[in-house]
Amino acid sequence: MENSGAAQFPKHDEPSREPTAQVIRIRDLRKVYKMGDIEVEALRGINVDIERAEFVAVMGASGSGKSTFMNILGCLDRPTAGAYFLEGEDVSTLSPDEWAHIRNQKIGFVFQGFNLLSRTSAVENVELPMMYNGMQSRERRARARDVLTLVGLEGRQHHMPNQLSGGQQQRVAVARALVNRPALILADEPTGNLDSKTSGEIMELFQNLNAREGITIVLVTHEADIADYAKRRIVFRDGLVVSDERKG
Amino acid sequence: MLLMAFRIALRALARNKLRSFLTMLGIIIGVGAVITMVAIGEGAKALVRQQIASLGTNLLVILPGTMTLGGARTGSGGRQSLSDSDARAIMNEIPVVTGASPVLRQTQQVIGGEQNWQTSVQGVAPEYQQIRDWKIDNGRFLSQADVESTVKVALIGQTVAYNLFGDEDPIDNVIRIKKIPFRIVGVLGAKGQSGMGNDQDDVVMVPYTTMMKLVMGVTYIQQIIVAARSADLTDGAKNQITLLLRERHKLRPDMDDDFMIRNLSDIAEAASNSATVMAVLLGSIASVSLLVGGIGIMNIMLVSVTERTREIGIRMAVGARSRDILLQFIVEALVMAAIGGALGIVIGIASSDIINRWMEWPVLVRPDIVAIAFAVSGGVGVFFGFYPAQKAAHLDPIDALRYE
Repeated sequence: MENSGAAQFPKHDEPSREPTAQVIRIRDLRKVYKMGDIEVEALRGINVDIERAEFVAVMGASGSGKSTFMNILGCLDRPTAGAYFLEGEDVSTLSPDEWAHIRNQKIGFVFQGFNLLSRTSAVENVELPMMYNGMQSRERRARARDVLTLVGLEGRQHHMPNQLSGGQQQRVAVARALVNRPALILADEPTGNLDSKTSGEIMELFQNLNAREGITIVLVTHEADIADYAKRRIVFRDGLVVSDERKG
Repeated sequence: MLLMAFRIALRALARNKLRSFLTMLGIIIGVGAVITMVAIGEGAKALVRQQIASLGTNLLVILPGTMTLGGARTGSGGRQSLSDSDARAIMNEIPVVTGASPVLRQTQQVIGGEQNWQTSVQGVAPEYQQIRDWKIDNGRFLSQADVESTVKVALIGQTVAYNLFGDEDPIDNVIRIKKIPFRIVGVLGAKGQSGMGNDQDDVVMVPYTTMMKLVMGVTYIQQIIVAARSADLTDGAKNQITLLLRERHKLRPDMDDDFMIRNLSDIAEAASNSATVMAVLLGSIASVSLLVGGIGIMNIMLVSVTERTREIGIRMAVGARSRDILLQFIVEALVMAAIGGALGIVIGIASSDIINRWMEWPVLVRPDIVAIAFAVSGGVGVFFGFYPAQKAAHLDPIDALRYE
């Protein structure tokens, strides 16, 4: 643990991952919902590429298609048409069980409502993703501790969610998202339930993880000042990308 | 994977201890009831068997046949077709028979000392002691000489001795049956209740000849009790006795038997069959409560799945496959049922013991029934847990994550 107490991302037994520069490649993505007889086009042909170590903010009014986009990005929903390559693999055609594996290994979720298991300690919450890839309990515990340290929660491992502040709970959620070393972190309005000071702290945490650890982050928000923490901003309107600009 | 599912299940159950316990209660009561009820049933069965065995499964009882008098049929034993010479012939001519004794019974008021007592007076032969395995508490049994000379001697059972003479030694005292004085030559050992529940010690035994001539004034006997050398020889003995008696009674081949032969091992079987029916009946009534317990588990599991929709969504988001969720909830139901089953076994064995001690009923806890009850409770858990678990496994993670 060198410099300024900011812990390094745990390096032990790092799986050899192909350093594909491109994390996400989306081509002509479409999604149509059927509500009875009415068909609603939520996405009408999206093309997005996201490189490794990018920090992207996805913005848009409600109904713009950004939630649908995030669900597809998170392998929770299937596109009606188009292709989605995650680290070079077409994941839009996989089975639900294969998706579960992808979510486990390549995607980390951070939600607006934290979504921690109640009455379950911080460290056990962080261990949860590792429970579904058959890791030994000792290694699980060690990695969960390391990641909690990384997000600045050293010494709070055994606190229950209701003993932690909102910001601390969100840090636990970030640790849980990080613990399997995913290719991508999907953060859905991560500061929506936090006050502005804590929001700033969480966004700085994301910035640090992005800058220091090279973690790819896609963030959904409707607040411009939150989106300002990101390096790139994609704006959705009526199921289309209307703006995609990089900062500086 | 399975081990982890067990750990998650235990933690989930521990989180809601009271609710988990109340849910288990159905299974606890179900398993406890099955074990207790079957133990009572089996205890009764064992008692019946044991009592009939003590009666002697190598015994045959010969009764006179029925007859029709002016269109009215008498019940069994209505004929006067058996004589004491039949008994002697059976004894002497059939090799597998080790003893045969005429039996005559009549309820009489017996006067002795300063008391009187109504009891069953039985006329029997000396062989009767060996056939029924009667012990003598004091004095002697009837002798051949008593029978041959129509002597007025009697043996009395424990109950009669107590009621007529109290603590006094009854030997050589005189009792009067129908005003005829009998000298007491012996006191019978205690035999207790019979399989049918009557007091076998409430009896006076006299020589059958004396019974026939002096007490009842008859020339026939009521029944012959026969002992074969062993229980499996009774069927052969029965056939030989039938042939012998038909010949002695000069029955033509087209005529029905004028006697009936009852096999006590048949009666034993019938009685233990009826005890089995009772055990099955009690067990199946108790099984219903096990079923109700299972429905209780399903009910709570459905509530639990709804309550934990968000948890299911989180687990799916971090990589749980639907079969992981399925397994988690089935194991939870299974663990609940298995703990309930284990507690039910403890309760069942304890309550069987209490019934045995306090109510003095015979009980028999069969280990195989305990094992079956436990296995069934686990099966009930899996069966009733399956539907809620499947409901959980089929949740859409997007909806589950948004569930409030």
